[in-house]
Amino acid sequence: MRIALVVNREPHEADVWEGESLLFALRERLGLPGSKNACEQGECGSCSVLLDGRLVCACLVLAVQADGHEVITVEGLGDGDQLHRVQEAFLEAGAVQCGFCTPGLVVATVDLLERVPQPSDDEIREALAGNLCRCTGYAKIFDAVRLAAGIQP
Amino acid sequence: MEVLTPRSLAEALALKAERPDAVPIGGGTDVMVELNFDRARPDALLNLNEVGELKGWSREDGRVRLGAALTYADAMRPPLCDLLPALAEASRTVGSPQIRNRGTIGGNLGTASPAGDALPPLLVEGAEVEVASVRGSRRLPLSEFLLGPKRNALAADELVAAAVVTPSGQPQTFMKVGTRNAMVIAVCSLALVADRERGELRAAYGSAGPVPALVSAPLADREAFAERVAAAARPIDDLRGTAAYRRHALRVLTERALERCLA
Amino acid sequence: MGDGTVPRMHQRRATTTAPARPELELGRVVPAERRLDGVPKVTGQFAYASDLSAAGMLWGHTLRSPHAHARIRALDLSQALAQPGVHAVLTHEDVPGQKRYGLEFADQPVLAFDRVRYYGEPVALVAAEHPEQARRAAARIRVEYEPLEPVADAPRATELPPIHDHRWTHGHGYLDDPRPNVVRSLVIRHGDPDAGGDVSVAGVYELGMQDQAFLGPESGLAVPDGDGGVDIYVATQWLHVDRDQVAPCLGLRPEQVRLHLAGVGGSFGGREDLSMQIHAALLALRTNRPVKMVYSREESFVGHVHRHPARIEAEHRADRDGRLVCVRMRIVLDGGAYASSSAAVTSNAACFACGPYAVANALIEATSVYTNNPPCGAMRGFGAVQTCFAAEAQMDKLAAALAVDPIELRLRNALAPGDTLPTGQRVSGSLPVAEVIRRCAELPLPEPEELPRDAIRLPGGAGNTTRGEGVRRGVGFALGFKNLCFSEGFDDYCAARVRLFENAGGELVAEVHCAAAEVGQGVTNVIAQVARTELGTENVVLAPHTTATVDSAGSSSASRMTWMAAGAIRLACRAAREELERRGGALAGGEIGVERVYRHPRTWPLDPDTGQITGERAHVAFACAAMRVVVEVDAELGLTRVVWIGAAQDVGRALNPQAVEGQIEGGTAQGLGLALMEEISTRGGLIDNASFTDYLIPTALDVPPVESVLVEDPEPDAPYGVKGVGEPPTVVSTAAIASALRDATGRELARVPVRPDDVVGL
Ligand SMILES: Cc1cc2nc3c(=O)[nH]c(=O)nc-3n(C[C@H](O)[C@H](O)[C@H](O)COP(=O)(O)OP(=O)(O)OC[C@H]3O[C@@H](n4cnc5c(N)ncnc54)[C@H](O)[C@@H]3O)c2cc1C
Ligand code: FES
Ligand code: FES
Repeated sequence: MRIALVVNREPHEADVWEGESLLFALRERLGLPGSKNACEQGECGSCSVLLDGRLVCACLVLAVQADGHEVITVEGLGDGDQLHRVQEAFLEAGAVQCGFCTPGLVVATVDLLERVPQPSDDEIREALAGNLCRCTGYAKIFDAVRLAAGIQP
Repeated sequence: MEVLTPRSLAEALALKAERPDAVPIGGGTDVMVELNFDRARPDALLNLNEVGELKGWSREDGRVRLGAALTYADAMRPPLCDLLPALAEASRTVGSPQIRNRGTIGGNLGTASPAGDALPPLLVEGAEVEVASVRGSRRLPLSEFLLGPKRNALAADELVAAAVVTPSGQPQTFMKVGTRNAMVIAVCSLALVADRERGELRAAYGSAGPVPALVSAPLADREAFAERVAAAARPIDDLRGTAAYRRHALRVLTERALERCLA
Repeated sequence: MGDGTVPRMHQRRATTTAPARPELELGRVVPAERRLDGVPKVTGQFAYASDLSAAGMLWGHTLRSPHAHARIRALDLSQALAQPGVHAVLTHEDVPGQKRYGLEFADQPVLAFDRVRYYGEPVALVAAEHPEQARRAAARIRVEYEPLEPVADAPRATELPPIHDHRWTHGHGYLDDPRPNVVRSLVIRHGDPDAGGDVSVAGVYELGMQDQAFLGPESGLAVPDGDGGVDIYVATQWLHVDRDQVAPCLGLRPEQVRLHLAGVGGSFGGREDLSMQIHAALLALRTNRPVKMVYSREESFVGHVHRHPARIEAEHRADRDGRLVCVRMRIVLDGGAYASSSAAVTSNAACFACGPYAVANALIEATSVYTNNPPCGAMRGFGAVQTCFAAEAQMDKLAAALAVDPIELRLRNALAPGDTLPTGQRVSGSLPVAEVIRRCAELPLPEPEELPRDAIRLPGGAGNTTRGEGVRRGVGFALGFKNLCFSEGFDDYCAARVRLFENAGGELVAEVHCAAAEVGQGVTNVIAQVARTELGTENVVLAPHTTATVDSAGSSSASRMTWMAAGAIRLACRAAREELERRGGALAGGEIGVERVYRHPRTWPLDPDTGQITGERAHVAFACAAMRVVVEVDAELGLTRVVWIGAAQDVGRALNPQAVEGQIEGGTAQGLGLALMEEISTRGGLIDNASFTDYLIPTALDVPPVESVLVEDPEPDAPYGVKGVGEPPTVVSTAAIASALRDATGRELARVPVRPDDVVGL
């Protein structure tokens, strides 16, 4: 079936199988593989996107449910070649190893800082608890969040 | 597979009557896992996301009506979190921010899991479930709505419209045991209200029996209450924990909850 | 480490010591740049294996065994073939070449025939237009199974009927143990194994089966080349060893099969064995279309090998002063259905069983067995994790029995260069054990935090179970070590090729080819850093990692890749530079191309009867780490919060301190997972928690801050004095956390992951 949605501020249409997720549609139909497919059960957060401004796991949204809605993915955060400050901070802090978790974490961090510009360490941990990272042990990810928030170590 | 997307409750109920096999999907946090893991291939899905009447919450003569599409994130925000503090605490233990932004009370009722975290706080507050169909709507106590593990009292043409609660305004809390410090399905959980007004203790456990269930006692029986909750539970050994541990943990949780609520 | 600016983030947490051996000609290395793949990774542009696509692509799907052990009576494909969108359905009959493959022994069927030996074993393949069509078609394949009794209990496997008709691992220079189901048994006899001490402590320890749980599930794309050959784009740890296993099964010559590295979403040992490589190639060659395969998370749990579960009986004898007199250990490792790298894991478990301590007498018996459990093989720490857990629990017990401080006890026994290991190998290179212990012990412990506090900062975390009730603090310590690079006589090498040419502006450009797999550890940065250093130019371009243009780099495993790649790049760059000098320092429009192969100093096999070295050494070098851990335990509910970890690690020389810290933090988190929550649960060989809902890995609320001290004592045999850093933290952290839990609870906690029941004492 055909759906129409706004992704990264641009209108898109796609023919989707009724049972497929927004994640599959983004990755395989709309040419936006930045959101990652690590579990497809909402446990890892690597598919995190903003759906109508709310942080969600794209693997748990039925593609058809996004019909008529707005999605922002990791590909839509920067401004042209200019990285988003959160992306910049992830690089600077060494928060990226294999990077599979990174798109989801970057989106989740953008969402966090939008709501809580100066989060405490506990707030950072709680906000990112739905984004698993198997490589970094999270320390440098927390560094990146603080860096992006301008919090002095 | 087919997806039906009604734009109003009336339309949703009509579709459900027409297609009783259609599986409702709200936040999708349970349904999508079934689809993605190839565990379910329903002929039709009934997408409830566009039904405005199910969203949010309202007050009606002393009662609070939680729309089926109320999310955990909604339940954590004031003033609702002050009206139903145990539900707000329970919501904070659910999954992650991503899950709390999508997962709904209606979905938790629909799934009727023994581990559903919204259920114990609603049980201790005496919640009723409002179910609707083209035939009309009815309200039944939550304890009667929950029939067994993943079984509820919905007829094939019915939808959950809301959960209706009269907030007790009494001290209450929710706790959940899991083997990691976030993002866990309860090994066991407990909601408790110390209702001074009615002179009653009410506790409800999760993940310690086929359905979350209520245990109550007069306030004066406080000393024996933890034992009572543990004895009432019907835990089993499973992947997440042993029956013995669950009983033990319920005892500890009840003692602590009593401390918190009666301090 | 390189001079120049140290990243700000690094200064705050880690400290380094100055190199202790100025006499070594190690050379300086220019500072590391930011991650070379960093920008594409933060913007979502980086192409992981699961992101690939090609025109006309089909989707492959694998039908897997629902039984742990069964005979296959019949296979009927007719209904599957009739499904819409289906282009091919293949079984073992369609494997044109060798029917079996394997990393060390070719004992694993490409697709099962006769028999399935583990839950999830591949039986048939489907290619279709849409993944859902492939899944539906696979569900229509009819397989008639006759279930067989599974061999599920590893310690008893040597008394049960063999699950393989052939002794695949016999005749390879190991002890040919006649008992059924033995993959390898190794006995290390050292000194007088009956030597008695003044004190003796004993225990039986167990570890559950851990999964690598890398975040990017197995995936790849196979593209037929139209000439009978195939290009395979895949996430792997070792391109060439994949090729050497894939080609014979396809009945092709090695050069007809080209493996290209696609983006790797973590590996940790789990991509050392093949997953979908042969399968996708079979489907692609059959359909003459590109075929993509992406495992789901559930499938990933059966799609790769795991860390060996272990049962370890240990006895430690010491004199009154706390000096170890004799260590005795009997180790049983569950290898699962196929050999994978069990033989090497067995040897590692045995070789590092005593820990980095000087022990005059030892008897170490290690056996890995075949069972119908999920196959086990490489995972970060590779056998040393299991024995470290047992050995360090024993050291704590010994300290208690002697009433000696546990750190002091470790210092008294610390191994040092010149000492002899139980295999008879003398430690010839760097191994600053005492320094590492001291540096770790010096780290100040955090003050206890006040109570009550928000539940998020307490055991149970988001579960809101305590505000301080039942909470006790504990402090633990552990020390561990393991080998670097491949051992026991393996011809371990890494190739690199450098092409020098001039760009349009007349500047010198170096194009570097190396097949080293970038799995997230940052080896591409090391390659570029070494090339920049050796060639004195910033114009370094890395060519894609592939088998097509350069010889093998060996595996991104065994803490070897930084060492080996640095060695190979340095050799190739120096050769290129010499050639350039020969040409008078200018290319004059021409170009220079050199390929060089680097080998680390040779190793020798262990004697199959005594477990002793048969040459100068069995392992080329070692690295050690120490960890100090503070935990808070809710003793009534058995829940835990790890509060803080201090680590000191022997890193040789840190070329990229930020990346080294990243390895320590990440490796520590994986060990934490094994200590507290991670276990693949099996019943009769069937996995019952193959999902991230039921197999839990640590979240942001589970991993504490890690304070790292990088102890720099350059390795004389390694380029620039480097040591691998990925594994030591994982080796010790499980043991260190268990030690802290014991301190908090007073319980023995002899099995990991530690369950709440164990902490409570139910
Ligand atoms: C990663 C993850 C973590 C989770 N953690 C928790 C947790 O900690 N605690 C917990 O309790 N749950 C948890 N869940 C489960 C899930 O989020 C909850 O059960 C949630 O409340 C489901 O709501 P939903 O709207 O997403 O339901 P959906 O998936 O949309 O639906 C769930 C079920 O309810 C039915 N349904 C939905 N709406 C209606 C309606 N209006 N009328 C009739 N039937 C309806 C559906 O048909 C389906 O059977 C988790 C899930 C995930 C993926
Ligand atoms: S892929 Fe969506 S949460 Fe893991
Ligand atoms: S960087 Fe690999 S999972 Fe986070």
